[in-house]
Amino acid sequence: MMRLTWKDLPIGGFVIEPGNARNNLTGTWRTERPVIDQDACTRCRICWMYCPEPAILELNKPYTTRSGKKYDVTYEVDYDHCKGCGICAHECPVKAIKMVPEVGG
Amino acid sequence: MEAKVLGIREEVVKERLGLTSNYAAAYAVKAIDVDVIAAYPITPQTTIIEKLAEFVANGELDAEYIPVESEHSALSAVVGASAAGARVFTATASQGLEFMHEVLHITSGLRLPVVMAVPGRALSAPISIHGDYQDIMNARDAGWVMIIASSAQEVYDSIIMAYRIAEDQRVLLPVMVSYDGFLMSHTTEPVELYHEEYVRKFTPRNLGRYRLDPRKPITMGVIASPDWYYEIKYQAVHALRESKQVIKEVHEEFNKAFSTNYDLVEKYMVDDADYVLITYGGASSGNAKEAARRARERGLRAGVVRIRLFRPFPADELVNAVKDAKIVAVIDRALTPGDVYEGPVFSDVVSALYSKDIEKPVMSVVHGISQRTMLADDFYNLYKMLDEYAKTGEYPRSTVFLGLRS
Amino acid sequence: MKVYFRTIKDLPVEERFGPGQLTCAGCGPSIAVRWLLKAAGSDIIVVNATGCIEVTTTSYPYTAWSIPYLHVAFENAAAAASGVESALKALRRKGILDTKARVMVIAGDGGTYDIGLQSLSGMLERGHGVLYVLYDNEAYMNTGIQRSGGTPHFAWTTTSPVGSKLRGKVQRKKDIMSIVIGHHIPYAATANIAYPIDLANKVKTALDYLDEGPAFIHVLAPCPPGWRYPEEMTVEIARLATETGYFPLYEWDHGRIRLNPPSNTHLDKSRRKPIIEFLKRQGRFSHLTEEDVREIEREIDEYWDYLARLLKAFG
Repeated sequence: MMRLTWKDLPIGGFVIEPGNARNNLTGTWRTERPVIDQDACTRCRICWMYCPEPAILELNKPYTTRSGKKYDVTYEVDYDHCKGCGICAHECPVKAIKMVPEVGG
Repeated sequence: MEAKVLGIREEVVKERLGLTSNYAAAYAVKAIDVDVIAAYPITPQTTIIEKLAEFVANGELDAEYIPVESEHSALSAVVGASAAGARVFTATASQGLEFMHEVLHITSGLRLPVVMAVPGRALSAPISIHGDYQDIMNARDAGWVMIIASSAQEVYDSIIMAYRIAEDQRVLLPVMVSYDGFLMSHTTEPVELYHEEYVRKFTPRNLGRYRLDPRKPITMGVIASPDWYYEIKYQAVHALRESKQVIKEVHEEFNKAFSTNYDLVEKYMVDDADYVLITYGGASSGNAKEAARRARERGLRAGVVRIRLFRPFPADELVNAVKDAKIVAVIDRALTPGDVYEGPVFSDVVSALYSKDIEKPVMSVVHGISQRTMLADDFYNLYKMLDEYAKTGEYPRSTVFLGLRS
Repeated sequence: MKVYFRTIKDLPVEERFGPGQLTCAGCGPSIAVRWLLKAAGSDIIVVNATGCIEVTTTSYPYTAWSIPYLHVAFENAAAAASGVESALKALRRKGILDTKARVMVIAGDGGTYDIGLQSLSGMLERGHGVLYVLYDNEAYMNTGIQRSGGTPHFAWTTTSPVGSKLRGKVQRKKDIMSIVIGHHIPYAATANIAYPIDLANKVKTALDYLDEGPAFIHVLAPCPPGWRYPEEMTVEIARLATETGYFPLYEWDHGRIRLNPPSNTHLDKSRRKPIIEFLKRQGRFSHLTEEDVREIEREIDEYWDYLARLLKAFG
């Protein structure tokens, strides 16, 4: 990217590829990562709703818990972008998300 | 597109009206298919936006007229409109031009083809409503194409050309068309208006440029770190330098289509001139030409070069016009206090000569500040002084402030 | 407001913002912008003022925006948006452009309360069909936490520090909603990132009204480094702001004022959580004495009294 000369860039500093910030992996920032306990998770959507990045993905992945409860969706963390703020863990009404240290956790 | 090549001006001209330069500007904007006008009044620009308001209110001009709440917002609004793909216009002067100053740089940095008319006026303090070029000169580093007109007809023609220049895919830079505040903005001259169809054929829209479009979403107006800012800015610097070629082409095409005779500099009796005054604007140039005629009657080979394209500075053309003169004087109607010489265009002229390895005596003259009256006599006396200087080899090595009570 | 989304299950799944922007971990404004764009859909053009969001989302060569975006300067987002809106009108009318796109300004408290107030007022007075969203993190956060007209009374910032003579911001928070409502626009509302359903409904309602004139939404968006609290608390602190009555949720809808849940129960002071619950969790208020807290409580009571009178007059 540093090899691009002034002739190679679109004029005006325009960024013409929408949303290309996703190539910026902000997941490298965090010191703690959220881990979702899929059996405890009730699929309430609250963590997904509050994530600032967003780094919680709502996926149409069916899941059956150990106790036999069936869900149509699964929430997974996008670890490429999760900054480890902990809002998800803090807001989860059933405490299904734990913040675990990146190093040694 | 090809404007019809007509040998006869009468075919393109619709009517001839007595118009002030301000009204000529408004009529030019009407002839172009402008979409958005932002208007904030300031002397001596007000009659431009008043006339445009009349045109819009009467349905003669189909444009959105935004009566903004300040000049900073005036330029900001046309920046937004231009970014959305519209053809825009605004006008200001003096304190208004200063107030929008940061947006001048942003407009060129964002490569938006905004066109703005500026009848020049002195800068506060003290406050002055009267004309000079301080405001225009203070904007000279903002990366705009800058044209200085010397007649109401030229204002009308230059604004039409401005849209072609601004929207050319090789340029995509804003264009400022300026002229004398009051001495031109408020004085009436005969102006020939063209049939609007010819004007519109001369100025087709460039819809291929980058703009805000939900079908092709782009981000305009980024923050750039030291890793990137330089290249992005250089693009605009390069574009302004290269725009001279486009400006020449547009002038040639305009001259052909409308039977006019515009060039980047206007040369008046310079071919054999020993003494040349370099001027810009209407009053300076008119007085200088009158003085040159009188000087010629007295046997002095006097000439005038009027700078019409100011940014990018037409160094080649200027140097060619004065290279054989014995001594040259630059008449500035603006101030650069604290500079080596206190006239802005003087520095450009000296740089131009230096860039071609030409050594020549150049005198810096300041006149017409805040519309201090300039007389043809002043310039005639200047020619006589230049004649003396050429004989003695001695000439003033600091700016001469003509008309100052001292 | 019109109810487009009744429950959390109704909220749209498609993301139109981020990830990859350089906002802090736990950034309140980031939550706000994510929901603004989700609610606004793809036919939107955003004009953004200089500030936290602008700088973190457009760091060349990256952009976090998947919709057309324009940033011009700090004080002129409303003016630039006026231009965009006018351009779309003119180009549609001339048959050059065929777009239903709406224009939304996203600006911080710095670019709205203070330096941006002139251009906001002009845009409102002229009646442009633009939705202006103010994300309020209550200081000039992007430049490192300096006080703004939106900073609350007593709050620590770097330009209203806590010393022996002066202790935090001396002035009160400017009532931007009253200023906006004073322009008699069709719609203005407060919103809070802790209540995304309410926020999303208000955004869609406001966009619907743009044919009549401008709309304004004031979103409270807490800032971890600026308000001095651990990042995971952003939503909780935003929620407490409304639950304690510090930041009531209400709408001005065509000349009528209406409190939104849960603020609609808070005219009765006993239904509001004590203000200390909001204040004690933030380091920017850690220097408050009991007397200061009582003063703040009095100011909130005064504001609710004012709201009660507005409701009587315009309810």
